[in-house]
Amino acid sequence: MSRFSDFAKARREGVKMVPVPSVSIMPERDLGRAPALECLHLGIDFGGLKAVDDFNITVGRTEICGLIGPNGAGKTTVFNLLTKVYQPTRGTIMVDGHDTAGLDPARVNRLGVARTFQNIRLFSSLTVEENVAVGLHNQHHCGMATSILRLPHHWKSERWYHERALELLDIFDMTGLASHEAGSLPYGAQRRLEIVRALATNPKLLLLDEPAAGMNPSETAELMENIVKIRDTFGIAIMLIEHDMNLVMNICEGICVLNFGKIIAKGTPEEIQQNETVVEAYLGKRKEVEA
Amino acid sequence: MGIKVLSPQARSTVFTYAIVVVAFVAVTVLDGMGFISHSLSGQLVPICAYVCLAVSLNLVVGVSGELSLGHAGFMSVGAFTGVVVAGCLTQAGIESELLLFVISAVVGALAAGIIGFLVGIPVMRLRGDYLAIVTLAFGEIIKNLLNNFYVGVDAAGLHFSMKDSSSLGMTQGTILINGPKGAVGIDKISTFVIGVVLVLITVAVVLNLMHSRDGRAIMAVRDNRIAAESVGINVTKYRLMAFTVASALAGAAGVLYAMNYSTITPSQFDFNQSILILVYVVLGGMGNIWGSIISAAFLTVLPELLRPINDYRMLLYAVVLILVMVVPHLKIYQRVTEAVRSRLAHKKPAVATEGGEGDE
Amino acid sequence: MEALTNFINGLSLGSVYAIIALGYTMVYGIAKMLNFAHGDVIMVGAYICFCSVSYLGLHPLLGVLLSIVGCTVLGMVVERLAYKPLRNAPSLNVLITAIGVSYFLQNAALLIMGSDPKSFSSIISLPALNLFDGALTISATAVLTIVACVIIMVALVMFTTKTKMGKAMRACSEDRDAAQLMGINVNGTISMVFAIGSGLAAIAGVLMCAAYPTLMPTTGSMPGIKAFTAAVLGGIGSIPGAALGGVLLGVIEIFARAYIGTQLADAVVFAVLIVMLLIRPAGLLGKPVNEKV
Repeated sequence: MSRFSDFAKARREGVKMVPVPSVSIMPERDLGRAPALECLHLGIDFGGLKAVDDFNITVGRTEICGLIGPNGAGKTTVFNLLTKVYQPTRGTIMVDGHDTAGLDPARVNRLGVARTFQNIRLFSSLTVEENVAVGLHNQHHCGMATSILRLPHHWKSERWYHERALELLDIFDMTGLASHEAGSLPYGAQRRLEIVRALATNPKLLLLDEPAAGMNPSETAELMENIVKIRDTFGIAIMLIEHDMNLVMNICEGICVLNFGKIIAKGTPEEIQQNETVVEAYLGKRKEVEA
Repeated sequence: MGIKVLSPQARSTVFTYAIVVVAFVAVTVLDGMGFISHSLSGQLVPICAYVCLAVSLNLVVGVSGELSLGHAGFMSVGAFTGVVVAGCLTQAGIESELLLFVISAVVGALAAGIIGFLVGIPVMRLRGDYLAIVTLAFGEIIKNLLNNFYVGVDAAGLHFSMKDSSSLGMTQGTILINGPKGAVGIDKISTFVIGVVLVLITVAVVLNLMHSRDGRAIMAVRDNRIAAESVGINVTKYRLMAFTVASALAGAAGVLYAMNYSTITPSQFDFNQSILILVYVVLGGMGNIWGSIISAAFLTVLPELLRPINDYRMLLYAVVLILVMVVPHLKIYQRVTEAVRSRLAHKKPAVATEGGEGDE
Repeated sequence: MEALTNFINGLSLGSVYAIIALGYTMVYGIAKMLNFAHGDVIMVGAYICFCSVSYLGLHPLLGVLLSIVGCTVLGMVVERLAYKPLRNAPSLNVLITAIGVSYFLQNAALLIMGSDPKSFSSIISLPALNLFDGALTISATAVLTIVACVIIMVALVMFTTKTKMGKAMRACSEDRDAAQLMGINVNGTISMVFAIGSGLAAIAGVLMCAAYPTLMPTTGSMPGIKAFTAAVLGGIGSIPGAALGGVLLGVIEIFARAYIGTQLADAVVFAVLIVMLLIRPAGLLGKPVNEKV
């Protein structure tokens, strides 16, 4: 645990966060390149209720960004908007410089947004390897007729899927589980498999919805190390929702705090920790506490 | 290479083909020795047709996870197209029965596949029970349209009408489809061998599709639609793919079925027929191909076996159906099987878990 | 005037569909199952009424009552024996069981009553209504059917919104587990719904045979499917939706028969359903349910 915290701190000290448009901050190394994600005035209404409103954020190409806030603040709704599970009522989402207006979730994924889910959504009757292979679906082509006739190209591409899937599973040391049914895996392994499957789609932005939920401290520590490792190896941006403040404060470079569907603060972990509005949102106003 | 080396998937594939081949050999041998009764040997081709239908419907219901209640509609499209094609080819002077069948089956499958694709475009926008009712509706519409469909062939070519047979304007030649009376005077060219070959082709198409890139996508959509979308799978495309392939296979099975009788009528391919095929699939197990084969064959033969108690056989059939579904869920049954299993399971450890691998 | 006659006939047929669809929709709403045996309960109801009037010589009203009681008991028995053990089973297994029950009822009727159609001499012996100097004749059966449908629908809406039992039913259809935790007797409620649905089916059976007097073991299956279609059209689970869907379907069917052709009437009915579902995927009065992510 402590060993890892030192490691994270050391790497963060080298990062300088600088302000960019839409009142966000971004690591200095990502400047001059199109941001992985840019949201402008994003919002959605559920029958008159503004579930998310005026959400503005810019995420650098290799940034680890945290999205935090009290329960019901609209964090998962933001993820659903970014992946177009819900169509936004207003605002713009730019992924890698492309406007996603009018796209469906599958197209958004092909543009480069992959995600995991708060309540695990695996293809539970498929094996672990097949789950990853489904993630690799758009990375390699093999037509229906080719497969049905079992032409040589089919076998070649099956081998490609097999090898790539094992490579990806190796990130989390899960190659030994490749032939297990995904639904039979223990909880922690299912969460890790979701991340691997999302990575298989070759994303530019990875959205993790409470990746540490239900994990014990040592599992969480390993997860933190792996998130950073994924960012470094793949050179992608990662945005995560998490209630484990230890994880958020240690690995996120920029943090965005949401309450009642609105951003109440953005900044580096240090800034957020000292922000009074944030403390208020989580603990209530000081006056009320005293009274 | 021993069978133990194979993966569970490959093992089940080998097993599936083996069932068909063994059944074929067994029936041929028994038939040669005169053990197969006349009524049963008349059932051989329909059994093959129903096996094909069950396997293809399993692609929709079991593999793709959509409840379809209109499979007989696609079967009838294939059957009637096949009859028309065979009629034209006979008119054109083609003699070889095998060639006649192959061309009819291919065209029948294509026609059913196209209709399946067209029907699937609107249907696949719906989900669950709504999808089921719309497939049912399409099945009934196809039946109704065929009831009003008249086709004849003479030296001048094909004649169509939606009114009656006299409006075809033919003085000679043959009427191939005669509205509610259906198709009459079909050449009975289906044989058991052709049937078994068609079963093998159907099984191969479905299994090869299941164990491929597209098949994984289809099953991923079934298991979790939202997750499949999130990894870039075009959900509609893959649901439509399964539906279209299954329709085409049902069309080919329809040709096989039609060519076994001298007469077929559109009302044979009604809602009850679709339900019958669905029963085979559910009884055989969802997504389980060899299960579909066995249950389709068994349930087609069952009414024949029950012939001695003729009056009560359909009643008994219904009771068997209910019991097969209900008994596994009865508390007594569960307690008994659990007791048996716990006595047998002393040697085998439970599912391998890897919960500890993250703890260091 | 011909169009008006057709319209009234359509309303009458539609009312029968609506009464069946009400039973369908209630059972679906609470048990989340497509009860394909529902159509055959109609047939059983009609046979009971037929037997008690023709063979036992009872008063028609008594026959109707007997048929309602018979079907109610039948519905509850079928639920207890065939559906209750499958409460937590996959929905397809329940569907197949319902099909099994449907086969069973049809074949039992075939054994007992024979396959020859029984002619159902109308049990409603009221004079027909003559309007506009005989230009428009409305049969008493049609009037009675429409009135019965309206009364039943209003009663059901009152029952489900005003009474404790009705509220329990709605709670069960919303979330069965939560309802159980709130102390609602879920099994009793489901049994009640089957009883009501089957009782309605008996009424529908008698009314249908009064208008179309041939009775066979397969009499119930097509109206059953059509009523199911009507329930889906109106938005399955919704009581006013089922009534609306039923009436619409009946009117469309009669008009299609009159102006397009008897053979194609069913095709038109189903085509309307498909078009309607494509425009409103949850039916006319149904609420779209979104999956929570």
